[in-house]
Amino acid sequence: MPSLERWGLVAGAIAVVVVLPALNALPPGSSLRVSDFTLNLFGKFLAYAILALGIDLIWGYTGVLSLGHGVFFGLGAYAMGMHLMLEIGTQSVYGNVLPDFMVWNQVKDLPLFWQPFYSVPFTLVAVLVVPALFAYVFGFLTFRSRIRGVYFSIITQALALSTWLLFNRNAMNLGGTNGLSGFKSVFGFTLNSATTQRGLYVSTAICLCGAFLLCRWITRSPAGRVLIAIRDSENRVLFSGYSPAAFKVFVFVVSAVLAGLAGALYVPQVGIITPAKIGVLPSIEMIIWVAVGGRGTLLGPVVGALGVNWLQSLLTTHYPDLWLLVLGGLFVAVVLFFPDGVVGTAQKLIARIRPGAGAGVRQNGRPGEGHRPGEAERQTEVPHIQAR
Amino acid sequence: MWRSLLLAAALLPGLAAPAVAQSAGPSPEITQHIADVASADSAVQEAAAVALGKTGDRKLLPLLEALREGSVYVRSLPGGKKETVIVGDKVSEGDKTLVPLFTAYAREPITGPDGKPLLADLSTLGEVSTGRSLRIAMRPLIDAFSGQNDLTNPDPAARRAAATKMAFTGDTATLKLLQDALPKETDRWARFALEEGAAMIRLRVGDPAERVLAAETLGRLRSANASEPLYQIAGDPQAPAPLAAAAQVAVKRIERWGLFTQAIEIAFQGLSLSSILLLMALGLAIVFGLMGVINMAHGELMALGAYSTFLMQGWFATYFPGSFDYYFLVALPFSFLVSASAGFLLERGVIRFLYGRPLETLLLTWGVSLMIQQGLRLWFGAANVDVSSPRWLSGGIPVMIGVQLPYNRLFIIALATICVGAMYLLLFRTDAGLRIRAVTQNRGMAACLGVRARWVDAGTFALGAGLAGLAGCAITQIGNVGPELGQNYIVDSFMVVVTGGVGKLAGSILAAIGIGGLNKIIEPGMGAVFGKVLILVLVILFIQRRPSGLFATKGRYAES
Repeated sequence: MPSLERWGLVAGAIAVVVVLPALNALPPGSSLRVSDFTLNLFGKFLAYAILALGIDLIWGYTGVLSLGHGVFFGLGAYAMGMHLMLEIGTQSVYGNVLPDFMVWNQVKDLPLFWQPFYSVPFTLVAVLVVPALFAYVFGFLTFRSRIRGVYFSIITQALALSTWLLFNRNAMNLGGTNGLSGFKSVFGFTLNSATTQRGLYVSTAICLCGAFLLCRWITRSPAGRVLIAIRDSENRVLFSGYSPAAFKVFVFVVSAVLAGLAGALYVPQVGIITPAKIGVLPSIEMIIWVAVGGRGTLLGPVVGALGVNWLQSLLTTHYPDLWLLVLGGLFVAVVLFFPDGVVGTAQKLIARIRPGAGAGVRQNGRPGEGHRPGEAERQTEVPHIQAR
Repeated sequence: MWRSLLLAAALLPGLAAPAVAQSAGPSPEITQHIADVASADSAVQEAAAVALGKTGDRKLLPLLEALREGSVYVRSLPGGKKETVIVGDKVSEGDKTLVPLFTAYAREPITGPDGKPLLADLSTLGEVSTGRSLRIAMRPLIDAFSGQNDLTNPDPAARRAAATKMAFTGDTATLKLLQDALPKETDRWARFALEEGAAMIRLRVGDPAERVLAAETLGRLRSANASEPLYQIAGDPQAPAPLAAAAQVAVKRIERWGLFTQAIEIAFQGLSLSSILLLMALGLAIVFGLMGVINMAHGELMALGAYSTFLMQGWFATYFPGSFDYYFLVALPFSFLVSASAGFLLERGVIRFLYGRPLETLLLTWGVSLMIQQGLRLWFGAANVDVSSPRWLSGGIPVMIGVQLPYNRLFIIALATICVGAMYLLLFRTDAGLRIRAVTQNRGMAACLGVRARWVDAGTFALGAGLAGLAGCAITQIGNVGPELGQNYIVDSFMVVVTGGVGKLAGSILAAIGIGGLNKIIEPGMGAVFGKVLILVLVILFIQRRPSGLFATKGRYAES
């Protein structure tokens, strides 16, 4: 059975990495051809899937709910966007070396923190390292003082709010409310061409496969077991001589790096990044992707990110008023009726039909065992919530 | 009612006989002047207007003001006579524009034969044109008129406003009015305004010695109004040396006092923001402490309270326009009830299935909040709705020179204080409170002893939601009411809960005052955005020192 699962994953990866772009490369008019628009949209969703994998790592496996992942996504996206802005050069509307919004805001010289983004290697490192550093400092401060559970969620939400507020300011020299846009080329390739877009798509798909393998490796390693143990009972892990804080900081940094990578892949494909993509609401929407797909499984976040975003693009074009109602309904329905998400529920069904087949599944750690303590266990858990 | 009235007016355009009962009619001279004001000859018109102004008859003020605004018309009476009238606000009916009519003397409504106010078609009336020179000639007349009028107004606030207005425009004649009014004045703040006004006029028009004296007086009075002219004199190289020196001293005094009053104002604003946060955080903290439920929809329950107030205002305007000012008193309990029932439904409907799973509850309530928010947007529109303050909440108490405490903010502070007091009594002095505390401390043991824990949960949740509703009702008086209302306050309220510690009244109060106050203190210097960021950083650093809030529980119930 595990080998069947493995072959399924390999087949899926091939379909996403090779078949879809090949279909896109077919001559126009062919009935099997995937349109540029669809491929681009799908590429955006795949970038989201990378982010969702990161969230699953920290929420589904470690049980830490971060409502501020939009920040890390934004850091990666803005780092990439800054390089793309500089790459425009004098092709901009005002014909100035400076990005248009700086000319508009009457900034005379390029701010110092923009300078290094001329360099491609620096940018590629920055999209990963900036979120990582930020996550490390924030994670170190919060996890060390044993902020956990809903306290952590609320603090990260406040983080998302204040980052959003900051990025909205023109004084930050990051384009204010309008963000960064108007890119012309990425690393020398014109963004306008279908070939470049296909290349971006393929890179995103490959990065997703890489992220998937990384998460698989982490969750199956001994460290991954400790993460699941932290989710199910942090105090016992602590008493067993491990330092939950160190593990949490580690997994928080990894998930921030994945979010930054997703942001960097998102920007050239979508062509714009604004603060509206990194605030409180987008951050919590990311959670729902994982919840719908199935937390605590690795396939779940990918399925959830693709499915929910597809639903969103469908609904916002046809019934724009309904989307928020549907999103709210999804939260309620998933939490109340499908806590395991699509993939988790499917795995459970398979396990029920074919006893013994679930062995490979349980290895990943089913969600919920630590989340729904019985009546007796609740007594031990409640005091730290009550603190009274 | 309005429709039939308009119909009657449309049927009788300008035909109705003047059925005005005037108790004390104007003297023949005045009647003549009123007729002359409508004259086409601008010299006659101006002479008549000035003559009217000189009479000092207060009942003519509306006519002079209407002349300046251009709302004086002439209508033809049956029998070929003409009458000068003032017209009110225009009403459109089909392609006609209708206006209510008022008498030129005393501005009393002219009623039709059916005893209802008369509406006339604007096109049947002849407009009285007022030239520029007439308007210029009338301006001092109107000012003196209204000033004189308002200086004897029974309302001290109106007297104060009149004196301040005259201070900026007055001349020697006005000065005399102010000085005459001063010995008779009993209200402290009106006296201050009179003294200030007199000094400001003397500073402008007096002889050199008088001006120096006036500058000194203004400095002693710490008059913020006078700081601009004084500043100009202090910086004017042509001003006589003693005057410039006196002005400089006065400006310094006024500026120092200005800093002081500004500090007080900021503190006061911070306190009222804290009160709102406190009302929000009280509900959040109690619910969190009791059930471990983090309610992300709390902000939307607050928005529900605010929109209930808006609805109540609309109902009062429609059904009880006479007692419109009291709608707010009804809206308070109403918004409490609306939010409390919503909270009760939320708890019984979904949250009770999720006890012991705080993170899931957080997501679920967030989903609910999105749905409420979008529902409000679809129902009331995405734009902010307008909630007006009742008259008894507008204005304020002057407590010091330059410091006025607005009634609406005072009211909010009082409301929060009362709510905290009531919560304290409820939690620590009643049976229900005893049950709440018992379940909070040890759910299982309380249940064993016969406390119906689930009903305590539902009741407490509804109570917390109701408090949010009250906060929403209060916020209508100082902020905007829109679908995103809840989002703007929820993060701050959570910061209060996190900082104050869970289920602690004293902690919540201190944290609310701290965070609300800090917000307002940082805002003027660094802007609201950096203020919020700085507060987040401070909260994170604070939690480093005290992970469970200001008043951490120690002993067997403490964490780990």
